[in-house]
Amino acid sequence: MIARLTEGVSQRGLMLLAALLAALLALPLAVNDYLITVLILILYFAYVGQAWNIMMGFAGQLSLGHALYVGLGAYAAAALYVHFGVSPWIGLWLSMAVAAVAGAVIGFLAFRFGVGGVYFAILTIAFAEFARIGFDHWSWLGGSAGFFLPVANYAKNDIVSLRGSPTMFYYVVLGMTVAGFILCHVLMRSRIGYYWLAIRESPEAAQALGIDIFRYKMLAVVISAAMTSLGGVLFAFHYNNLFPEQIFHISRSIELILGPIIGGIGTLVGPIVGAFLLTALAETLGEIMLLAGIDVPGIKQVFYGVCLLIVVVFLPDGVWPPLSRRLGLDDAKAKRREGSK
Amino acid sequence: MTALLEIDRISKSFRGLRAVQEVSFQVPEGQVVGLIGPNGAGKTTCFNVIAGVYHPDGGEVRFAGRRIDGWRSDQVCRAGIGRTFQLVKPFAGLTVMENVMVGALNCSAGVRQARRKAESVIEQLGLADRALQMASSLTLPDRKRLEVARALATDPRLLLLDEVMAGLRPTETDQMVALFRELNSKLGLTILLIEHVMRAVMALSARVVVLHHGQVISAGTPEAVTRDPAVLECYLGAEAV
Repeated sequence: MIARLTEGVSQRGLMLLAALLAALLALPLAVNDYLITVLILILYFAYVGQAWNIMMGFAGQLSLGHALYVGLGAYAAAALYVHFGVSPWIGLWLSMAVAAVAGAVIGFLAFRFGVGGVYFAILTIAFAEFARIGFDHWSWLGGSAGFFLPVANYAKNDIVSLRGSPTMFYYVVLGMTVAGFILCHVLMRSRIGYYWLAIRESPEAAQALGIDIFRYKMLAVVISAAMTSLGGVLFAFHYNNLFPEQIFHISRSIELILGPIIGGIGTLVGPIVGAFLLTALAETLGEIMLLAGIDVPGIKQVFYGVCLLIVVVFLPDGVWPPLSRRLGLDDAKAKRREGSK
Repeated sequence: MTALLEIDRISKSFRGLRAVQEVSFQVPEGQVVGLIGPNGAGKTTCFNVIAGVYHPDGGEVRFAGRRIDGWRSDQVCRAGIGRTFQLVKPFAGLTVMENVMVGALNCSAGVRQARRKAESVIEQLGLADRALQMASSLTLPDRKRLEVARALATDPRLLLLDEVMAGLRPTETDQMVALFRELNSKLGLTILLIEHVMRAVMALSARVVVLHHGQVISAGTPEAVTRDPAVLECYLGAEAV
């Protein structure tokens, strides 16, 4: 089992992954609550970025509406908890189901009727907007005034109800990120992963080789949506408040795809590296601005823009591919790709 | 000899253009059949109808006794028809090995089995030393070989080859011809090929079907077809006959 999981990963890569995991596990011992919250944010973006990457990076379907799945996941689990006292560990199944159905509906409409590329992206935005407007008027879930979870009691950690300290949330989101990483690794080494890559590279050729492209694209959307919705569950229980105007907003969809874009679309480590870079840098910049007494609204967004520009211009494949070569982690494939340029 | 593939009066129009009109021919099991004709004769349209890319406006396509016209191309492939594209469509961002593995997964229980299958096909096509290269780094002749390798990896009963020799040097053409001969004689693979390289068509085909303006104008052995006045006329003009 373990041998199968580590197949295709170099010794050196495994050691680095283990060291990184050990460091992340030990980190709460060394840092304060503020840094823990930043780390939660980073890992949250790494996780949802990984989920988005399944669709875009692996199957080549650009979704600009992933906030939809975050929001649906968040509202489903939060509603079950607030209205019926159901534990989020049970609620998350509803979250995944709701998001998967939403993904299936969008996927069906798009792939059945040949909507692709930017038109598909627009469709995903449209559905996120439908949800935003719909939830704004759904009073059972607080409508536009927001939906609130009872605020956490920091004195004790209640893992069953996901009520507790930032450290507890940190470990939960770390577990999710690791699980998401392993899931994607396994998917990419299986039939489904090869088929996704084939569809991404050339749908016509993929179909001519016997791949039912409708089915495999549907699988990509459904898996990605269900995985993203768990990010929403964490979001709801960590932040305790949900506003349709925020959670379904297109800026949230864009925010969550920046990590994988900066890190490297279609790579497993890219979304994680990208989330670390963007969130860490944005927070640091915020701190510096604060210390310097500069309070410019939107500076974070400007910084994101500059970062994107730099990556697009200098590192079109993202930060991770060249970084992995520098670390000596590149497989033969990356080397040859470089050699062929 | 029974026909593995039967094309029965298929027609296909694109708006006003009648690309293929009432074309009928058969490909017997275990035979190599060449499909030739001048540019725009409807050869590739014919292929695309067989391979499930286009639905014919009329007529039937039968493969191994089953009607397959109107099937999607993935269903056609799983039924046992492998095809190459005239304009090669490699998975550019994947290695040669991964490209062929995608095809091999069609008939394999899992990824490991597909890799073994892909290795042997890559070896057959003489791509072994490039197996780990990105497909985007291949030269055109190698891309053509990759097209064939991918299609072969799906374990087809019938292989549709769309101008795989175009752009190859004569020695490379001869290697390809030798490979198809071997596949045909040893494994009994049935082949339908579109080809402009007459050297290859004549060397490989037991029968040749000639298309012109979307219609079959001649069919028979390569020798007979090349002496047919109708064929000479469409290729060289009436004054040459």
